[in-house]
Amino acid sequence: MIKAILVFNNHGKPRLLRFYQHYTEEQQQQIVRETFHLVSRRDDDVCSFLEGGTLIGGSDYKLIYRHYATLYFVFCVDSSESELGILDLIQVFVETLDRCFENVCELDLIFHVDKVQYILAEIVMGGMVLETNMNDICSRFLEQDKLEKSEAGLSAAPAKAAAALKNIDLPSLPKDLKLPDLPKLPSFR
Amino acid sequence: MALKRVKGSIDRIFDKSLQDLVRGIRNHKSNEAHYVSLCVDEIKVELKQENVAVKANAVNKLIYLQMLGYDISWAAFNIIEVMSSPKFTFKRIGYLAASQCFHSETDVLMLTTNMIRKDLGSQNFFDAGIALNGLSCFITPDLARDLANDILALMTSSRPYTRKRAVLISYKIFLCYPEALRPAFPRLKEKLEDPDPGVQSAAVNVICELARKNPKNYLSLAPVFFKLMTSSTNNWVLIKIIKLFGALTPLEPRLGKKLIEPLTNLIHNTSAMSLLYECINTVVQVLISFTSGMQDHGSSIQLCVQKLRILIEDSDQNLKYLGLLAMSRILKTHPKAVQAHKDLILQCLDDKDESIRLRALDLLFGMVSKKNLMEIVKKLMIHVAKADGSQYRDELISKIIEICCQNNFQYITNFEWYISVLIELTRIDGSSSHGGLISSQILDVAIRVKSIRQFAAHQMATLLENAHALMSQLHRNGMEEVLYAAAYICGEFAQFVESPDCLIHAMVRPRATTLPSHIQGVYLHNIMKLYAVALKRAEDTDDKGVGLTQSLQEKLPIFIQSSNLEVQERASCILTLLKYIEKLQNKGLFEVDEFSCLFKGELNPVAPKAQRKVPVPEGLDLDAWINDPPSSSEDEDAKEEQKMEYERSYNDFYSPTSEKRREYSQEELNKLREERMVEQANNPNYLMSKKAEGYMNPDEESEAGSINLDISVPLHVPGLPSSDRYFKMEQDRRRRQRAERVVKKKKAKRGKHGRKREEQEEPEEEEDIAPVHAVEIVNEEMPEGAVKTDSEDENPSFDPHKALDIDLDSPLTASEALPKPKHRESAKLIIQEPEKKEKPSKKKKHKKEKKHKKKHHSAPVESLLVDEVDVDRTVNGHQHQHVDQQDAVQVKKEKKEDDLSFWLNDSSEKVEEPVVNGVAVEDDKATQKSSKEKKRNKKAKKSKRKSPEVGETPPPSEPQIQMSRYTVLAENKDMRIEFETRCIPRQEKKITVSCVFSNLSSSFIKTIEFNVLDTLNTRLIRDGGNLSHDAVQIPFSLPPSARNECQLEFTASSVTMPQRLKGTITYMVQDDTKQHTNQEKLDFKLHLPCSAYLMSTPLSSDRFTKLLSSGEVTDKASYQFNNTDMSLESMLQKLCFYIKFAVVEQIGNSASLYSSSIQKHHVCLLVKSVGNGISIDGKSDNSSLLSNIMDEVKMVGKT
Repeated sequence: MIKAILVFNNHGKPRLLRFYQHYTEEQQQQIVRETFHLVSRRDDDVCSFLEGGTLIGGSDYKLIYRHYATLYFVFCVDSSESELGILDLIQVFVETLDRCFENVCELDLIFHVDKVQYILAEIVMGGMVLETNMNDICSRFLEQDKLEKSEAGLSAAPAKAAAALKNIDLPSLPKDLKLPDLPKLPSFR
Repeated sequence: MALKRVKGSIDRIFDKSLQDLVRGIRNHKSNEAHYVSLCVDEIKVELKQENVAVKANAVNKLIYLQMLGYDISWAAFNIIEVMSSPKFTFKRIGYLAASQCFHSETDVLMLTTNMIRKDLGSQNFFDAGIALNGLSCFITPDLARDLANDILALMTSSRPYTRKRAVLISYKIFLCYPEALRPAFPRLKEKLEDPDPGVQSAAVNVICELARKNPKNYLSLAPVFFKLMTSSTNNWVLIKIIKLFGALTPLEPRLGKKLIEPLTNLIHNTSAMSLLYECINTVVQVLISFTSGMQDHGSSIQLCVQKLRILIEDSDQNLKYLGLLAMSRILKTHPKAVQAHKDLILQCLDDKDESIRLRALDLLFGMVSKKNLMEIVKKLMIHVAKADGSQYRDELISKIIEICCQNNFQYITNFEWYISVLIELTRIDGSSSHGGLISSQILDVAIRVKSIRQFAAHQMATLLENAHALMSQLHRNGMEEVLYAAAYICGEFAQFVESPDCLIHAMVRPRATTLPSHIQGVYLHNIMKLYAVALKRAEDTDDKGVGLTQSLQEKLPIFIQSSNLEVQERASCILTLLKYIEKLQNKGLFEVDEFSCLFKGELNPVAPKAQRKVPVPEGLDLDAWINDPPSSSEDEDAKEEQKMEYERSYNDFYSPTSEKRREYSQEELNKLREERMVEQANNPNYLMSKKAEGYMNPDEESEAGSINLDISVPLHVPGLPSSDRYFKMEQDRRRRQRAERVVKKKKAKRGKHGRKREEQEEPEEEEDIAPVHAVEIVNEEMPEGAVKTDSEDENPSFDPHKALDIDLDSPLTASEALPKPKHRESAKLIIQEPEKKEKPSKKKKHKKEKKHKKKHHSAPVESLLVDEVDVDRTVNGHQHQHVDQQDAVQVKKEKKEDDLSFWLNDSSEKVEEPVVNGVAVEDDKATQKSSKEKKRNKKAKKSKRKSPEVGETPPPSEPQIQMSRYTVLAENKDMRIEFETRCIPRQEKKITVSCVFSNLSSSFIKTIEFNVLDTLNTRLIRDGGNLSHDAVQIPFSLPPSARNECQLEFTASSVTMPQRLKGTITYMVQDDTKQHTNQEKLDFKLHLPCSAYLMSTPLSSDRFTKLLSSGEVTDKASYQFNNTDMSLESMLQKLCFYIKFAVVEQIGNSASLYSSSIQKHHVCLLVKSVGNGISIDGKSDNSSLLSNIMDEVKMVGKT
C-alpha cells in the first residue's frame, strides 16, 4: 500500500499532496517539512530509499523518492510494495505528466495542481496501484478533459478569454523537468 | 434562460480562478496569510452563490489552500453540493475536494450515501470512476456497509475501467466492513482470471493485501496463484504474487518445495531487476521455511547470493541498497553463504550513502567469527571516531556492542580486549545515548566472566581514580553512566583492588556530588564495601584503619546535603556506622571480620525477566487484600500522592537510567568549573596526557598541567587500557598458539583450555582459537519452576486487519448476506446484463449457468436480472436450505483442503509444469462444481460421485487419506500402515514408498523395523553396509493414536512388470505401566504396480502427434467399458490421479493422454466415450508395460 504521495520543490514548497490515510492539515505540513528535511540533505547520487521519518512511517514503511530538476517526488510505501516497482511508478507518473502537459515543468504543477491530481487518480487509487500503462492513463485523462470541455460549451467562452488575457503575463520560466533515463529499471509496460 | 446563464457567467468572469489565486499568493510572499484570509472571505461569498460553476470554482481554490495547510473542513457541506452537481466537471472537483479533506470523522458524509450510489450507477462511466476514487479516500464503516452491494455489482461491470476500480476499492470495503469479505470473496476470486490484465492485476493486488495480514486463510488459493505466476507476463502482477508466496510459504513448507524451481528459473531468466529482486526474496523465504533441512538447497542459496553480489557491486545505489537488504534476510538462516562476501560488505561500510552504510552494518552482525571479531570491531571503532551525526554514531556503538555480545559473547576470545573497547567507546567524542548500554555491558562481562574480574576491577579503579579528570568529557559524551558500573565493580570485587583506601579517597571527592544522584548512591554503597576490605588489609598495620575512618567521616557530610533521598539516607547510615566503628576502634574492640561479613556473599547475575517468571504458588491470590481494605476513600488523594512519591524514589533506585539528569545553569557550571580547576591544580595525582599513547609511554606525559578541560582531543588517562594494545597482544598470542599447535601436530584440543562454554561449537574450517582465560560465563539465574515462554512482550494493539482474519472456506450463512438497499434502480440491473456474455472460458459459463439455474430454482419470484448480484444472498436467505447447505459446504471445504494438499504433495512428480497444474486447478474447479451440485441435492450427490475416497472414510479426522493414493499395506489391532509410491525425478531406477504408520492402540509403540524379502528386480535400499536381509529401522516411535510418515527407497531394475514383495514389520508395544514391552510382528505384501513407475509428464499436442507418427510406439492394446455410467470427465480424472497420466488434449468426446515411466517408456492412451461406454486404446513402446497398465486401467475404471 502507498500511504502518501508528496511532491515538493527544492525549497520544500508543496506542489502536490496526496494522503491515503487521514492527517490533519497541520500534520500534513509537518510531514512535508520533515520529509523535505530528510530528502533534501541527500546527494543526488545516493540511493532513493529512506527509512525513518517519525511522523509518517514506522518500521514497515519506506520513503522512496526521485529528484527531477526542481521537484522531489516522494512516495511513502509499506513493505507490500516492490521498491523498484515504485521507482518505476514515479517515472510513469512523471512521464505521463510530461505527455499530458507537453514538456512539464514546475509551473504546470503550480498552476494546474487539480489536473495533476486527476492524472494521479488514474494511476493510484486509495493507496493501491491502479494502472501503469502510460497510454491508457493519458487517453483516459484526455477523454475526461474532452468531456469537461464539451460540458463547458458556449458559456465557458468568456471565462476562457479572460483567463487567456490574464495568462499573458505569466513569467516564462524554462519549461523542462529533465527526465533522466532509467536503463537499469525494468519497464512494466 | 440560456441568456441568463450566459449573463451570470459574464458577471463572474472576473472572479478569481485557481490560477489567479496561485498567482496572487506568489505575488504576496511577504504577507501570504493576510492575502489568503482575504481570498477565503471571497470564497465564502462565492460559495453562497446559486450558480454551481461559481461554487465549483471556489471549491477548486479551497483544494489549493488545503494543500498549503489551511483547514477547509468548514466548507464540507459546500463540497457535497458541488459533488452532487450533474455535470462531470463540477462533480470531479467536488470529489477531489472530498478526497482531500474528508475522513471517517466527517459528519456530513452520512448525507452522501445515496448520491454516491447514484454516481456509481451513472450512465457515464467516468462518474462511477471519480466516485470510486473519492470513496477510496473517505470511506467509513457506514458507507462501506451501505454501498458494499453496489460495489460488488460494479465488479462485474462490462467496462474494465470501472471493474478494476471496483475490485480495488473492495479492499477498503473489507477493511471498514469485514462482514462483506465472505460474501464478496467468490467474486473477487473470479476476477483473478479476468480477461483484462488491469482487472486481474487489481484482484491480485487486493488479495495480496488481504493475505499479507492473514495469510493462512488464503493458502487454498495457492494453486490459482501458481498458475498465474507461470502464465502471467505482467511484472506488476508477478511481483505481487511472488511477494504473496513469500508470505504463504512459512505456513506451508510443501508450497516452498514447489516454488523453488519456477522461482530459480525466473531468477535465471528475467531481465527485470525488480522481479529478480522479489524472486530472490521469496526464495530466501522458502529456504527459511525449510528449517528441518530435509533437502539441501545449497545451490539455490548460492544462486541468490551470487545474484545479490552482482546487485551490490552495481554502480546503481538503489540496487546496492536492495542487495544488502536481501542479504540480511539470508543472513539469519544461512550465515555462511553471506560470510563469503565479507569483503564486499566491509567495503560498503565506507560508502558515502548513509542508508547503505546502515544496511551494511546490519550485515556485519552475522559476519563475525572468533577470528575476525577484533579486526571488524577495530574498523568500526575508526568509523565511530569519524562519524558525523550522532544518530549514525549511536547506531555504530550499539552495533559494536551487539556484535560482541551476541550469543552470550560467543566470539570473544579475549575479554580484556572487550573491556578496553568498551572503555574506549566512552571516550569517543560526541554525545551518545548509549552510556547506559556500555555501562551494563561492563557490568555484565565483569559479573559473568569470573576470570576477568580482577582485570575489570583494576581498570575500573583506574577509571574512578581519574574520574574527576574525565568527568566533563564523559558528561559531554553522555557516558557518565559508566562510572556507575565502575563503582559497582570496584565495590563488589574489592578484593582485587590494589589500594582501596586511595580509591575511597578518590570517590569521596566533592566533585562526585556533581554526578547524577543514582551514581552517587552506588558510589556510597560501594565505598563501604571498599572500606571493609581496606580495614581488613590495615589490620596488620599500626594504624588499624583509624585514619581512614576519620577521613571518611570528614568527607561524607557533603553527601548528606544531597537533595536526593537515596544519597542522603545512605550517607547518613554510613556516617552513623562509621562513628560507631570509630568508637569501637578507639576502645580496641573492633572486629574487622564482623564488619566485613556485612558484605559477604556473592551476588549472582539474575535474568532480566526472572522476577516475572517466579511461578505463583498454589493457593496464593495476588489480588486478595492482605489486610482489610480501607473503609473510607477520603484520604485517597493523599495516598495516591504518597504512592506516586514512593514510586518515584523506587524508580530512582531500581532503574537509574530512567532518571532525569540534573541540569545545570550557566552560573553553576562556571562555578563548578572553577572549583574543578582549583582542585586539579592542587591535586598531585592529577596527570594530564598530551596525546594518545598514554599507556604505552607514561614518561611522555605532559607536565605542563594544562587546566583547560574542554579540549577536543580525547583524554587518555594512564592506566586505562587501549584496545589496540590488546588487539596486538591477542594477535601475538594467536600466532604463538598456532606455532605451538604446529609443533604439537595440531593436537591442541579444547579440553586443554579448561572448561568452556557449551555454545562454542565452531565451523570446522575455522581455527579453534582458544580464549585467553579459562572463561566461564555464568548463566543468569532464573527462579525455580520458571515457565518458558517465547513471546512475553506482546502488546495487544488495535489492528484493523485482525477483523479480516476470516475463514473464507466455510459456508455462508443467512446472517451474512450483504444488506440490501431498499430501492433498487433498474438502470443498475440492466448494466449487469451484458456481463454474462463476455465470460471467457467455457467452464465459467457452465458454472454461471448452473448458478443461474440454482437461482431460478430457489427464488423464482425475483427478477432473473438480479441473479448475478444476489446468488449468495438469495440462496442464503432461505432458511430451509440452510442446514443442508451447511453440510454440503463442509464437504466442500474438506475437499478444498484435500485438493490443496494433493496439489502440494504432488511435488515428487514433475508438477512444476503448468499443464499439470492446470489439471490440478481444473480438478479443484470440478470438485467445487460438484459440491455445488451437492448443495442442490445431497442424495443425488451420493449416487453420482462413486469414487471411494469421498464417501467412506469419515472426513473430519483424516483429510489427507481422502484424496490420496494411499492404500493400506497392513493392519492389525495395534497399528495400520498405509503406503503410496512416488517417483523421484531424474532417478531411473529408484522409487520411494512413503509409509504412514498410525498407532491404533492406546500404548506406546517403539522400535519399529521394516523389512522385505528383496527380489531380483526390486530391492529395498538399506543404509550403507547393512546386509541385504537386514531390517530398516523406522526413525520414530509412536505415542498412542499418533501417525507419522516414513519414506523408504527401492531400486527397480525393470519397470515393466508389477512387483509383489513379502515383508514383515516388527515393533515393540510398551504397556501402560511402561514396564513390559512385547515384541509384535506384522506381515504384509507390498504390491508395486507398474503405474508406480509412471510419471505424469505434460506433452504438447504437437509432440504427441510426432511421437505417435514416429513409429516408436508400436505395441497396442485396447479395452472397452460397456454400460458404464461414468462420464468421460471423471474417467480422465481417475486416470490422471491414479495412474498418473496427463491430458494432452481433449476434443469433444475423446481425449488423448500421455505418461512416461521413470525409464523413459512412452505410454499413450486414447479415451473415447462411445454410446454408453468408454473405450480406451493404448500404445506404448513396451508391450509388457502396456498390458500391465491396461490391467490397471480396467481396475480403475471398475471401481
